[in-house]
Amino acid sequence: MIVRPKPERFRLRRTMMFMNAQKPGLIKDAYIYGCDSIMLDLEDAVAENQKDAARFSLYHALTTIDYGSTEVIVRINGLDTPHWQEDIRVCVAGGADGIRIAKCESARDVHTVEAAVEAAEREFGVEVGRTLLMAALESPKGILNAYEICSASDRMFGVAISGGDFRKCMQTTFQPDGVDMLAARGQMLLAARAAGIQCFDTVFTNLDDEEGFRAEVLQNKAMGFDGKSLINPKQIRLVHQVFAPTEKEIRQAEKIVRAFEEQSKAGVGVFTVDGKMIDVAFIPGAKRTLKLAKACGMYEGDLA
Amino acid sequence: MEILKTAAAGTLESSDCLVTVEPGEGIHLDLSSSVMNQYGRQIKATVLSTLERLGVENASVTVVDKGALDCTLKARVECAVFRSNGTSASNIPWGGAVR
Amino acid sequence: MKNAVGREIPDELLVNGKEVYQGKYYMDGKYLQKAAPKTHRYEKPQESKIVASLAEALKACGARDGMTFSFHHHLRNGDFVANMVMKAAIEELGLKDLTIAATSLGEAHDPIADYIEEGKVIGIQTSGIRGRMGEVVSAGKLKTPAIIRSHGGRPRAIEAGEVHIDIAFVAAPTSDCVGNCRGIGGKSNCGSLGYAMTDAKYADHVVVVTDCLVDFPNFPASVEAIDVDAVVVVDSIGNPRKIASAAARISQNPRDLMMAENVAKVIASTPYFKEGFSFQTGVGGPSLAANLFLEKYMDERNIKMGWAIGGICGPMVELLKKGKVGKVIDVQDFDLDAVNSINQTPGHYEMSASQYANPANKGAFVNKLDFVVLAALEIDTGFNVNVLTGSDGVLRGAPGGHPDTAAGSKVCIIVTPLTRGRMATVCEKVVTVTTPGDCVDVLVTDYGIAVNPLRPDLIECLDRAGIPHVTIESLKEKAYSLVGRPDDLQWEDKVVAVLEARDGTILDVVRKIKPLEL
Repeated sequence: MIVRPKPERFRLRRTMMFMNAQKPGLIKDAYIYGCDSIMLDLEDAVAENQKDAARFSLYHALTTIDYGSTEVIVRINGLDTPHWQEDIRVCVAGGADGIRIAKCESARDVHTVEAAVEAAEREFGVEVGRTLLMAALESPKGILNAYEICSASDRMFGVAISGGDFRKCMQTTFQPDGVDMLAARGQMLLAARAAGIQCFDTVFTNLDDEEGFRAEVLQNKAMGFDGKSLINPKQIRLVHQVFAPTEKEIRQAEKIVRAFEEQSKAGVGVFTVDGKMIDVAFIPGAKRTLKLAKACGMYEGDLA
Repeated sequence: MEILKTAAAGTLESSDCLVTVEPGEGIHLDLSSSVMNQYGRQIKATVLSTLERLGVENASVTVVDKGALDCTLKARVECAVFRSNGTSASNIPWGGAVR
Repeated sequence: MKNAVGREIPDELLVNGKEVYQGKYYMDGKYLQKAAPKTHRYEKPQESKIVASLAEALKACGARDGMTFSFHHHLRNGDFVANMVMKAAIEELGLKDLTIAATSLGEAHDPIADYIEEGKVIGIQTSGIRGRMGEVVSAGKLKTPAIIRSHGGRPRAIEAGEVHIDIAFVAAPTSDCVGNCRGIGGKSNCGSLGYAMTDAKYADHVVVVTDCLVDFPNFPASVEAIDVDAVVVVDSIGNPRKIASAAARISQNPRDLMMAENVAKVIASTPYFKEGFSFQTGVGGPSLAANLFLEKYMDERNIKMGWAIGGICGPMVELLKKGKVGKVIDVQDFDLDAVNSINQTPGHYEMSASQYANPANKGAFVNKLDFVVLAALEIDTGFNVNVLTGSDGVLRGAPGGHPDTAAGSKVCIIVTPLTRGRMATVCEKVVTVTTPGDCVDVLVTDYGIAVNPLRPDLIECLDRAGIPHVTIESLKEKAYSLVGRPDDLQWEDKVVAVLEARDGTILDVVRKIKPLEL
C-alpha cells in the first residue's frame, strides 16, 4: 500500500487537473503530465448509478498508485446528495491529500465536512487534521460568503470558483474578456487573500480555442490567482509558462533573499537592493518567486 | 458475504473489466482476458483472493477482462459483490475487507 | 544455433546457405547473383491484353498446383484483389499447394485463412500479417512456416531468387489495355505503386487487375506494359474508404503529444539536425505528431528538411507545399492528401520498394537517412524491437520498413507508451525480435527517455541539451511495477513463422503458442 507523505497546506498549485475517478485508464498515471495537483472527481464526471463503483476505484487507486509528489485531491459530491458522507470516508481511508467541497455556500458547510472528515480520520486511524480542505464556490451566495468560508477551518488551503454553475446562477454565459465573472473572481480573491489561503480559477472548457485560453490564463495571473483548474493535460504547459516568473523577477528575488540573510546577520532590518528599499515584508514574496522558479526549472540555487 | 442477487460492475473499455456475480454453489470462476497468456494466472489469483477477503464462499463469477490492472480488478469484484448485497452505497469497510 | 540477438534458431532451417543473424552489416561487400525471370515473348503486334476473367488470366499464365502468387498491399485494408484471385485459382481452377508472396496481409484477407485451413494455401511470405491470417498461422495450420521479411528484405529476396514469383498480380487503380498501370485516376486511387514494381520486374508472369480502364498509353506508368502478360477488368478492386483515409489527422491525445514533443527535442539535440537533414516517420499517433513539433524546431533554427521518405500522409505533403521540405519520395501513400499529391506536387515522387529499402542494392534511400521515428509493440532491455507478435505470442503486426530504416538511419527513435492496457511495452525480452537492438538508438516513452549505451555520442547530445534520460532497465522496472511481471509464454516446438533480417539471415522464429489453461 502506498502511504502518501503528510499533505502540505501551502504548496505550489498552479495546475489542478480534473480526472474521472471511475476511468481506470485515466487515473492510473495522470501525474505523468506534470500538473501540480490532480483532482479525482466523484461528482459531475460520475453517473448517478456509478457513484458506488467510483469509490471502489478511487480507494484502490489511492492505495496502489504512486502519484509521487503530485498532490491528490478528490472532489466529493455536494452536501445536498446522499453520497458525500461515504465519499469522505473513502477519501480519508485511502489517504487523499485533500477534499474539494462542491457547491460550498457557507462556513457551516465547511464545518459539516470538517466534522465528517475528523470522524473518518478517527475511524481509520489517520492523524487528525491530516486531510486538507478546499471549497468550490459555485453560486452567488458562496461568493458573498467567501471570507467566512475561506477562514472557516485550519484545514482550508484554498478556494476555487466553478464557472459553469456560477454563470447559470448569474444568468450569463462565458465572455472572452471575463466580464461575466469579474466581480466574483475579484471578491473571491479578496476573501482568500484576507484569510491567507490560495485561490484558483475555473476550468476553460473549449479545448480548440487556444487564444481564448491564453487570454484567460493571462488574466488569471494578472488578477493574482495561484492557479487554475484544468480539464485536459494539454492545458498544463501554458499555465505553467504564464505563471512562471520572469528571469528578471528571479534575479531580483535572489538578490533580496541573499541580501536579507546577510543584513539580518549583521542586525540590519532595512536595506536597499538596486536602489530600492527592502525590509522583512518583501521576503515571503521573494521566496515564493524562487520556489516557483525552481518548480518551473528556472532556478537551481539553494535559496528556494 | 452472501451473493443475494445477480450484480455487475465495470465496463468493457480498454484497461477495465466487467465483473458479474450470481448466486451459486461454491466458487465458480469464468475468466476471459485480452492478456490471458501472460496474466491469466495472476488475474485468477487476484479475483479469488478478493472474494476470499470479502468472505464470499458461494458465487458464480464471470470476469471479462480488457487489460485491467490489479487495482481495477479488485475494485470491480468488490463493487459487484457489495451490489449483489444491496450494500454498496455506504459504510464500506475501507481498509478492512476492502483493501 | 544462437544468433547475434541471442535467439535460438533451429538447425533444420539453416540449409541451402541460410545463416543466422550476425550483426547489422554482416553481408556488406558480398556479391549477389541476381535471378532472372523466365518470360513469355509477345512479338506480334497486339491490340489488347484484356482477358475476360481472372480464371482466364490464370490459365493464360499457365497457373498450376504449387505455384507462388504475389500481391501488393497498396489498397491496404480495402483490397479485394488477393481474395478474388485466390478464389478463382482455388474454387474455379481447383489449384492447390499454392504459396502467397504478399507485401503485406491484413484483415481484408480474412477469407484466405479458410484456404490455409483447407490446406490449399501451403506457404505465406509477407511483410505483415494480421487478422484471421495471423491467427491461423499462429495456430500452426499453415503447412510450411510463414516467412516474414521487411519491405527491403522482400525485394532483396526476390532479386536474389530466394522467392520465385510465378505470377504477380498487380491491383491497379488505372490501367490501359496493355497493362501500363498508375496508382491514380480511377475510383480506387492509392497513389504510389512502389511495392508492386520489383514483383513486376522479377515475376515470370504479370497480371494487371483494374477497375478503371483508361486510354493507351497510361503514362507515366508505375508498372509498365513491357512486363505485363494480361489485363483483367473487374467491377471493383477495393473499398476506397479503406484504401486511404480522408486525411491522417495529427493525434490530439495528450500522451501522444507529450511523447512527440520529446521526440522532436531529441532530434533537435543531435548534430544531424541541420539544413538539408532527412527524415522518415510512421503514421502512428506519436510518430506522426512528431512532424508538428519538428516543424517548430526547424522554424526556430531556420533550417529546412532536405528530403523525406516512407509511407507518406498529409502532414508531410503540407510541409512540402510550405517549402519546408525539399523532396518527398514515397513507396506508399496513407491518405488522400498524399494520394492526390504524388507526381503532382513538384518535388513529390514515387519509388520502388527496392529503391526505398533493399539493403542488397547499391543505394537504397534508407541508407542515407538521418532520422527515423518508429513505433513498437514491444522493446526489450537490449533495445530489440518487436512489431510482429502481440505479447500473447500471436502474429498480428508488420515489420514493414522498420528494420530497414532502423539499420540505415543515423538516429533511430522508437516512440511508444510504456504500457498498453496491461501490457508492458518495455519488457525484459521481446516475444519476437523484428528489429535488432544494435539498430535502435533512442527510446521515447511517456515515462522517460532511454538512449542505447551503444550510442555514447547521443547520450552526450541529450545531456548537453538538458534532456533528462534514464536507463532502459529502469523503464522496464517501472512498467512491471505498474502492470505486474507477466508469466512467460508457453510454446510448442513447431515453428509457425521464420523472421528474416533484412539481409536474409534468420533473426528469429515464432513457434506455436500454447494457450493458457486455467
